[in-house]
Amino acid sequence: MSSADSTTATDDRQKALLEDLTTRLGAAVVGSHIRSGDLWVRVRPDAWLRAAEACKAMGFDYFCYLSGIDWMPHTWPNPKVIEGPAPDPDDEAALPAEEVVEEPVIEGIQSGYAGGDTRFQVLARLYSTIRHIGVTLKADLDDLNPRIESWITAYPGADWCERETWEMYGFDFTGHPNLTHLYLPGEFEGFPMRKDFPLLAREVKPWPGLVDVEQFPATYKGDGEG
Amino acid sequence: MAVTDQQRISYIASQAADARLNVELQTEEMTLNLGPQHPATHGTLRIVARLDGEQVVKADVVCGYMHRGYEKLTEVRTFPQVTTLINRIDWLSSFANEVPFILAAEDLMEIEAPPRAQWIRTLFFELSRIANITLFIGEMGVQLGAITPVFFAFRDREYVLNLIESATGGRFHPNFDRIGGIKDDLPKGWIAETKDAMRRIRGYCDELEQLLMGNEIFEARTRGVGVIPADVGLSYGLSGANIRASGVDWDLRRDAPSPLAWKELDWKVWTHPDGDSFARYWVRLQETREATLMVDQLLDGLPSGPIQAKVPRIIKVPAGEAWAHTENPLGEMGYYVVSQGGLGPFRCKIRSASFHNVSITPWLLKGVYVPDIITILSSLYFILGDIDR
Amino acid sequence: MMFALEIPYWELTIIKTVIVLSIIPAGAVVLGYVFLLKMMAHMQSRMGPMEPGGFHGWFQLIGDGIKFIQKEDIIPGEADRRVFALAPLVVLISTFLLYVVVPTGPRLVVQNLDVGIFYALAVSSLGVIGVLMAGWASANKFALLGSLRAAGQLIAYELPLVLAVVGVVIQANTMSLQGIVHAQADGSIFGFSGLGNPFFFTQIVGFGIFLAAAQAELTQTPFDMPVAESELVAGYMTEYSGFRFLFFFMAEFGTALALSAIAATLYFGGWYQPLFKTGIMADLLGPVVLGIKVMLIAFLIFWIRFTFPRFREDQLQSFAWKILIPLSLVNIMVTAIFKVVL
Repeated sequence: MSSADSTTATDDRQKALLEDLTTRLGAAVVGSHIRSGDLWVRVRPDAWLRAAEACKAMGFDYFCYLSGIDWMPHTWPNPKVIEGPAPDPDDEAALPAEEVVEEPVIEGIQSGYAGGDTRFQVLARLYSTIRHIGVTLKADLDDLNPRIESWITAYPGADWCERETWEMYGFDFTGHPNLTHLYLPGEFEGFPMRKDFPLLAREVKPWPGLVDVEQFPATYKGDGEG
Repeated sequence: MAVTDQQRISYIASQAADARLNVELQTEEMTLNLGPQHPATHGTLRIVARLDGEQVVKADVVCGYMHRGYEKLTEVRTFPQVTTLINRIDWLSSFANEVPFILAAEDLMEIEAPPRAQWIRTLFFELSRIANITLFIGEMGVQLGAITPVFFAFRDREYVLNLIESATGGRFHPNFDRIGGIKDDLPKGWIAETKDAMRRIRGYCDELEQLLMGNEIFEARTRGVGVIPADVGLSYGLSGANIRASGVDWDLRRDAPSPLAWKELDWKVWTHPDGDSFARYWVRLQETREATLMVDQLLDGLPSGPIQAKVPRIIKVPAGEAWAHTENPLGEMGYYVVSQGGLGPFRCKIRSASFHNVSITPWLLKGVYVPDIITILSSLYFILGDIDR
Repeated sequence: MMFALEIPYWELTIIKTVIVLSIIPAGAVVLGYVFLLKMMAHMQSRMGPMEPGGFHGWFQLIGDGIKFIQKEDIIPGEADRRVFALAPLVVLISTFLLYVVVPTGPRLVVQNLDVGIFYALAVSSLGVIGVLMAGWASANKFALLGSLRAAGQLIAYELPLVLAVVGVVIQANTMSLQGIVHAQADGSIFGFSGLGNPFFFTQIVGFGIFLAAAQAELTQTPFDMPVAESELVAGYMTEYSGFRFLFFFMAEFGTALALSAIAATLYFGGWYQPLFKTGIMADLLGPVVLGIKVMLIAFLIFWIRFTFPRFREDQLQSFAWKILIPLSLVNIMVTAIFKVVL
């Protein structure tokens, strides 16, 4: 695949789609982003289910996935984060998630496409098998009490995804009939995909190297940095 | 070929008659635990079925016995290191798992691999599709009680695995794809061997077509069993051959913009209108044959040139978000990669096909007989690592 | 005649018992080796065991048997211990009793009962009791489902089996298996009596029904739902291991041998070959001739087993009640009409 004109051509389709979505949802659309033939739309959390229904009415028949994201900065030694105003990783990592949220303002949150005001976001992707176009929907969630409507009435496939997101991030999906553990054992405590949940394997034994020590194959000469 | 309306109506009528009978003869229900150690779940999937006699009243799927937390693990690895992990998601077609992740990273870095690398990627993608689905084609027989096809599958799949091994060094986990290209060029003599193996696989497909698809018992066991209407399947997130067997003409290789070489090939997307287990088997069999033809075309048209674009020694991916998806053997596989400019992904959502394909089973298994559980599960074709990422 | 007179009754009984007792494991090993290990392997493009015993792994099954005997006797905690232990024996005894009436020569038969075939079909269904006992006593849901399937299936297929045989009985005018062999030996095909008249030619429909029903009686694919490994793990045998499992295994192959022998007797003239009808040579050649015929029929049974997928339980029942039984009734009617007319 090449050429800029094909990308702009697809971007036009995304723009039309965004307009359509905005007319249907009105003020509920709070942010959007278009990049290389893909569309991100951030909606207000109270319009989450309405957005799904609107998308379904617009011909997005295929439910791709639903998941969450925690924008709290990495505790993993990431050069950028270390230089930045990172919170003390050891202290927070040791605490259970419920107690961390005593101080809701977390420094250094850097939200992704379509913006975001809070630490937690729920995101989902829908696709139209007729128009061959996809959209990623996002919604902000409350830091202390992440809670949002379930999509299960619009897309039954959201069932397992919401159960997974619930146990991994601790998001509560109102209207989900069976919010039980999918992967984790029943007595598991904490929400492992939150950034403040320590990855114990890394705590016990640090990762040996951030950079691959392996040499490139001898035949390869086109090294960028010599 | 297709199920006639009359057959379908008679099937529905017989199911309804059974249901009426069960209301009259109310028996005590029994909970049957299929798995996590069960021969038909090829792995550790567990199905809790409430049975009335041999009929399923309610089925629930319990997974997670093999959950390895890859989404969390990717957050503490650098971009090149992630491919080692994601090789293990769908372990029968490992190379196909690497491609969408690498594509997402390349999208964020705004680099593109040279054409030869793209063609070789496509080549291995299709080879791993063949390695994966040939096993399904034989294995479906074993689930229905015919033990012979699976041995044929292992026999002929071996040639494909040997090809993958001789070029990449790994039979199951090649870890061959790199950001900006691939690890190595093809070895000498490989192309002729591959063509030979593709001929063999086509022969295998013909053999299985005669052995299983022409068999009355096979048809009786699969026709009209586990019918998935297209709209239901799509709303559950079914993808790949499962949804093409319900008549949805959708293949990401053709319909999604992709730098890989599919667009340059002459091939056909196979669909089947029925949506039952037989249709899913049929579509997969045709796809395997189509894939061998695609491999032949790829070998003929392989462009020359470099196999690696210019990439910095230490890979740092600019901040941004990217979604890349491909049509993997099991269905749509995608990675939603969020980078914040670091060495590794900030967040990597892995959208694996089997997870969504299996999530329809509680809906699908209502009212079927115990043997049909096995038929339906095996025709949906999941790899456990693809459910429990 | 000579040696039979010199041996007292009790010694003769012991000899007969020992021979029949040894036939079951020997038959199981031969059938298991030839068909399960070797024929199946070659049909599936593989070698099968090649090392044990030197020549093509002939010792494999005997070694397996020794391994099974050495194993710990495990009985599940929840199981009904006595019934659990007894069940394999019941199945094995039903197999053992089958051999009592199978003639292998003019005089080589344990007991030439007048109602031989009736007796054989009656005792062959005794095994169901053992299977039900095994499934119920195992305290395992898979075993229970398997044994109930087995019971339903064996009862459904007992009927076509019997009805298929009725055609032969009508044609032979006797129920004694020895009498049926003689009837075939004395018959002639359109005046040509060189080969006798194997009932296979006149009862070809009955033979097909018998074979299908025997396949179901043996719980072999395509009728192997009671032990369907991809659904019920191993059906009623799920909880069995060691020598108890060996008993089931031997019973399965022993019954395969016995039913093949009965089929050979009913439809292919049993021990009869055209050269010697009586005398010591007929007795000596009888077991060999019968053995060859048995292997041919067993080949058919196992060929089907390795080729087909299995039916679903309801399809199996409708196959028995809607196809096999009406067909066998028609077969009886046609045979009877011919019998009266000719």
